[in-house]
Amino acid sequence: MQVTLKVFRYNPETDKKPHYATYHLEAEPTDRVLDLLEHVKGYIDGTLSFRRSCAHGVCGSDAMRINGRNYLACKVLVKDLGRKITVAPILGLRVIKDMIVDMEPFFENYRSVLPYFINNDLPPNQERLQSIEERERYDDTTKCILCACCTTSCPSFWANDKYVGPASIVTAHRFIFDSRDQAGAERLQILNDQFGVYRCHTIFNCTEACPRDIQVTQAIGEVKKAIATGKIE
Amino acid sequence: MKTHQFDVVVVGAGGAGLMAALYASKSANTAVLSKLYPTRSHTGAAQGGVGAALGNIEEDHPEWHFFDSVKGSDYLGDQDAIEFMCNEAVQAVYELEHMGLPFSRTPDGKIAQRPFGGHTNNITGKPVPRACYAADRTGHMILQTLYQQCLKNKVNFYDEYQVVDLLLVKGHATGVVAIQLATGEFHIFHAKAIIFATGGHGRIWEITSNAYAYTGDGVAITFRRGIPAQDMEFFQFHPTGIFKLGILITEGVRGEGGILLNGEGERFMTRYAPTVKDLASRDVISRAMYLEMQAGRGINGKRYLHLDVRPETVNKYAALDERKRPDGTPYVVTAEEILSKLPDIVDFCRTYLGVDPIAQPMPVQPTAHYAMGGIPTNKYGEVVIDEDNTVLPGLYAAGEVACVSIHGANRLGTNSLLDLIVFGKHAGLRAAEYALGASFQRLPADAADFSRAQFDALLNNTGSEKAAQLGVEMKEVMNDHVAMFRTEQGMQKALEKIHELQERFKNVQLGDRGKIFNTDLLNAWELGNLLDLAEVTTVSALARQESRGAHAREDFPKRDDVNWLKHTLATKSQSGIDLRYKPVMITRFQPKERVY
Repeated sequence: MQVTLKVFRYNPETDKKPHYATYHLEAEPTDRVLDLLEHVKGYIDGTLSFRRSCAHGVCGSDAMRINGRNYLACKVLVKDLGRKITVAPILGLRVIKDMIVDMEPFFENYRSVLPYFINNDLPPNQERLQSIEERERYDDTTKCILCACCTTSCPSFWANDKYVGPASIVTAHRFIFDSRDQAGAERLQILNDQFGVYRCHTIFNCTEACPRDIQVTQAIGEVKKAIATGKIE
Repeated sequence: MKTHQFDVVVVGAGGAGLMAALYASKSANTAVLSKLYPTRSHTGAAQGGVGAALGNIEEDHPEWHFFDSVKGSDYLGDQDAIEFMCNEAVQAVYELEHMGLPFSRTPDGKIAQRPFGGHTNNITGKPVPRACYAADRTGHMILQTLYQQCLKNKVNFYDEYQVVDLLLVKGHATGVVAIQLATGEFHIFHAKAIIFATGGHGRIWEITSNAYAYTGDGVAITFRRGIPAQDMEFFQFHPTGIFKLGILITEGVRGEGGILLNGEGERFMTRYAPTVKDLASRDVISRAMYLEMQAGRGINGKRYLHLDVRPETVNKYAALDERKRPDGTPYVVTAEEILSKLPDIVDFCRTYLGVDPIAQPMPVQPTAHYAMGGIPTNKYGEVVIDEDNTVLPGLYAAGEVACVSIHGANRLGTNSLLDLIVFGKHAGLRAAEYALGASFQRLPADAADFSRAQFDALLNNTGSEKAAQLGVEMKEVMNDHVAMFRTEQGMQKALEKIHELQERFKNVQLGDRGKIFNTDLLNAWELGNLLDLAEVTTVSALARQESRGAHAREDFPKRDDVNWLKHTLATKSQSGIDLRYKPVMITRFQPKERVY
């Protein structure tokens, strides 16, 4: 099928300001948007720049705004988008070149929530025990691949990138609700801040954008509740 | 040009690199250089599990794991290293759990385990649940957990730095040259010890489970610097990639009871591996699939087969096999169980195929998956450069880039994640220990010249070739002639083609000549690496006149222990590639015929 691919272009070495370029391509309905971008880069314009690695939705490199919504370019197919496809960088982070944005503010927020397991007791000789139910409690938020689809779909983050954002709260949630972890209270304190969870206005963009189907807004809600009640349940 | 100095520099931020960094950083000033953000590394794509004889479900022993891995390797694995790995495995997995890794759990709260290909109860010969798993996201959990722990331990990260050269002075590793992607500038990293953990090179083949980033940079760099590449003819084809796309469908599907069926609806593996059937080792199953398709028994005569994990199919064959739960009740699954144990597989199939594995079988074909070969090391991760295993001071390698060799001619499923954590850890410890007793070697004055020459050549070419097109031609010829079955004639043809492509590569014209995130330039450089490794693979495979593990020759269909029970060492020379050989370390298990 014929596809019209409109792509945001900005090369800091040659362009004063961004523009869109249009490519007419022959595509299979089952092609990924990433396949189209690879074709343009390989055969039409080598300057087209984007990040990618695994190409099947698990590494989180290729978050982009596609037809106005955040997707991983490798996890959305032409047949689900139609003949006109517009690709632009994710919002709220500085554009460096084409679809490549500065991810540093995103990772800075991530690092601020103690994004690692903390348990200061001497571990047993074997594994720590955890029931199936306890493990299930935080299962959803272990799936995060840090692609930033959620955070860069959030109007509160667009307004102020000091807001830790949905992805960081998802990470915090993964540890707060892990029965083995001991730093839940500290993380709740970090998130009980003017740039913490209360910047979330339950708009649900993040949940819709998540390519891993994490119930992001729900996770944020659970963290809010834990802060309000002082109980991690 | 900026120069940085660290005791230990780790190249690559997948499981092996992060594990190495975590351990090295406990005592030495350590930096990690990665061409990707660490969490993008391909470890994250591993699905089914990490092997360790915890015995949480059924009786199991490291000794059985040891034997299974030796047998799986078709006796080419070095037994001292395999024994070491299997003994270390149990503690290594507990250690991951102590770092917070969210393993799936058994009803009594222990780490959950599932059967995987080639892992057996050594008394009954039946599959044993040895793969410790977190749903079908085990690699993702390992990668995230290790990255998190590295942040906790304040490891220095240089993200999106592409390492392009290794610096050697007087036989010592003294540093690496890297390009910072954001600026296009060269940086020198001066170090006392360097650990390569750059992963594999499965992008040589057309149908592959491997990430775009899997371009063999580590082996290509060290090979150019005169370090041998070991056993490169052994490359694993995983039986179950999604048809045409190559995306991995974990062996865990078969561990949970999934069955391979041909176009006649027959469970053909009973003919090829009567005891363990669909849980034979990967080389055996991939070859069986190829033969079925060659015989016209693909689905509708096409080049794919069915992997069926529908509950009714699983339960039918589990009953025929008399498979039992640990409590002795018959093995029966529900759709919900399949969904909860294999959520990502279900998601992949729905997304890319529009197929729901709970209701329909999955179309699969073998897919290029894993490099058994790589940079030769001993079991401490030290790089060894000749037949006598002489250590190159200051240089280490771990993970898929390394060839210890624990996987020999064919890796067992779950042993790659195990390899990362065991040998990543020991390489990190050794490197730090070495660095603390060593002083910095003086850097050569022309440190970046060799790299600059390669990149200037690419930037200044005015030829008419497109790198993308050369890549397509390489992948095609490798898939046709240097894949699951090989012949002298086919491989000669492939070698000629690779030489042609290497010539044409000199006439590649880039579309991008800028400095900032010039991914066009880096992709072209990576293609050069792939072409070099395709050549090494083919030359090594042509010479080996036997069939062993993943290397199956139609013209030499038998294993030949008299002449070929030895490792290949391929070295770059003036005239091309020299091949030498070194003995296999056999301690406990004498080679015998391999039957599953």
